Amino acid sequence: MTTQANELAVDVRGLRKRYGDVTAVDGIDLEIRTGEVFGLLGPNGAGKSTTVEILQGNRGRDAGEVLVLGSDPATGTRAWRSRVGIVWQDESAPAELTVGETVRHFARYYPSPRDPEEVIGLVGLEAKVDSRIKALSGGQRRRLDVALGVIGDPELLLLDEPTTGFDPAARRQFWDLIRKLAGEGTTILLTTHYLEEAENLADRLAIVAKGRVVAEGEPAALREAHGTGATVEWTEPDGTPRAEHTDTPTKVVAELMHRFDGEIPGLLVTRPTLEDVYLRLTGQEDVR
Amino acid sequence: MTATTTAVRTRTRAPEERLPGAWGLGLRRGVLELKQFFRQRDQVVFTFAFPVVFLFLFASIFKDDVRGAGVTASQLYVPAMMAAGIMSTSFQSLGISIAIERDEKVLRRLRGTPMPPAAYFLGKIWLVLVTGLMETAILLLVGTGFYGVDLPSSATKWLDFGWIFVLGLTACALLGIAVSSVPKSGKSATSVVVLPFLVLQFISGVYISIDTIPDWMLNIGALFPLKWMCQGLRGVFLPSSAQVLEQAGSWEFGKVALVLGAWCVGGLVLCLLTFRWKNRRDG
Repeated sequence: MTTQANELAVDVRGLRKRYGDVTAVDGIDLEIRTGEVFGLLGPNGAGKSTTVEILQGNRGRDAGEVLVLGSDPATGTRAWRSRVGIVWQDESAPAELTVGETVRHFARYYPSPRDPEEVIGLVGLEAKVDSRIKALSGGQRRRLDVALGVIGDPELLLLDEPTTGFDPAARRQFWDLIRKLAGEGTTILLTTHYLEEAENLADRLAIVAKGRVVAEGEPAALREAHGTGATVEWTEPDGTPRAEHTDTPTKVVAELMHRFDGEIPGLLVTRPTLEDVYLRLTGQEDVR
Repeated sequence: MTATTTAVRTRTRAPEERLPGAWGLGLRRGVLELKQFFRQRDQVVFTFAFPVVFLFLFASIFKDDVRGAGVTASQLYVPAMMAAGIMSTSFQSLGISIAIERDEKVLRRLRGTPMPPAAYFLGKIWLVLVTGLMETAILLLVGTGFYGVDLPSSATKWLDFGWIFVLGLTACALLGIAVSSVPKSGKSATSVVVLPFLVLQFISGVYISIDTIPDWMLNIGALFPLKWMCQGLRGVFLPSSAQVLEQAGSWEFGKVALVLGAWCVGGLVLCLLTFRWKNRRDG
């Protein structure tokens, strides 16, 4: 069963989910193409995890159409499950088993798994093959989780906040791993509340807030579309710092050049970063 | 990474054809379950040592002849503790371990793989079968070695021993799987599971001789499998003169089989109705 490159790996329309009085997902549409890395970015409680859990087939929904690899996850068969890899938000590998035992065992669940030793190498746990899982560090356990997510050679990998709690070095290593998997053609959906992560990994991303998609597109395009204008900063001759927000920064700089007759002290022209865009779209501007 | 990554690896697969079967995976899971079980020393001690320690205590404290029954009190405790041991390795061990696995999301993770659910339960059955046999063998060894109990004297008795073991273990294992859904968290699992087990041991004739327990208590005990496992095993290991101690004055093998069989069916239904792969908190 080979999927075509232009086919949608994930197709979600009008997805809704309520928990009692709380609306977690309030009409989300998503289209994830086969072979791309898609980032679902949003603050805690935005509905990312609920959405991913529905895509995994581990949570019901109140409304909406969901197709994951062409099937509704709510009625996912074993064959369907063998094509979807899941990396959970919280680790849950059996503490008393060794890394090798666990990965080799999970490989047996799948019709055409990857080679367990190769996967252990892929996540960088070769040295820990014979270590009990309970003896692993947090980062190593997370990498084991990824190993268990990809052992079945999935066409689609769903990662729910995979790097929460990582130190910066571990996060970089993890990104390399994701890029490697993406390079092999695995479609990847990852949720994160780290903007840097989404910007680094995702071909396209959707920003979610309060259960809705507030923006969607390639990271650079999002910045272009939602981050208007620029800020020009400089220092007056009397030492007062000044800043001006403008849609025509070049013009402002030209005027300043003319006024200062040459070098402008403390000149700084900044475009809004993706982070500014993100914070504005998710209604968190105040935190800056 | 750009959207132009279209180097999709060719996946030549026919998943429906090659999905691994439940029996084979169940056996694999059984091996894994046993590995995990024996690597957790406290669980091993908790499961195995309790009935042995209690057998030692009770059978050493109460050892006089039981009047008119032709047996000693020590002898009475051997089949009783064997029944408790079977329930300990099945009901208690599964009730606690599955509740913890659910709480720690081990179950949810398994559910996210193409593993057939039956393989999980088959694995548990292997675990319970092996540990139950070991526990029974240990108690049999202690009982025959120190407390004057003889091995079953005929093939018929061994056969009775066999079916009582299998039906009792199955019924208790199923009840253990069902009870694992009761505790709200893995932390509360031990108390939620051990308390009813402890009460049952008192009112089913494990700790206290069957002719000493008030009838109304024994009648409550008779609703559950443990009382019948004790009674059946007494029938296997004690001389027929000891039947006078029984409520009905006989071993009632037919009724033992009936009640245990009914609990197997009822337990299975209960499991199918109540089993959850996720914690209540996880919806």
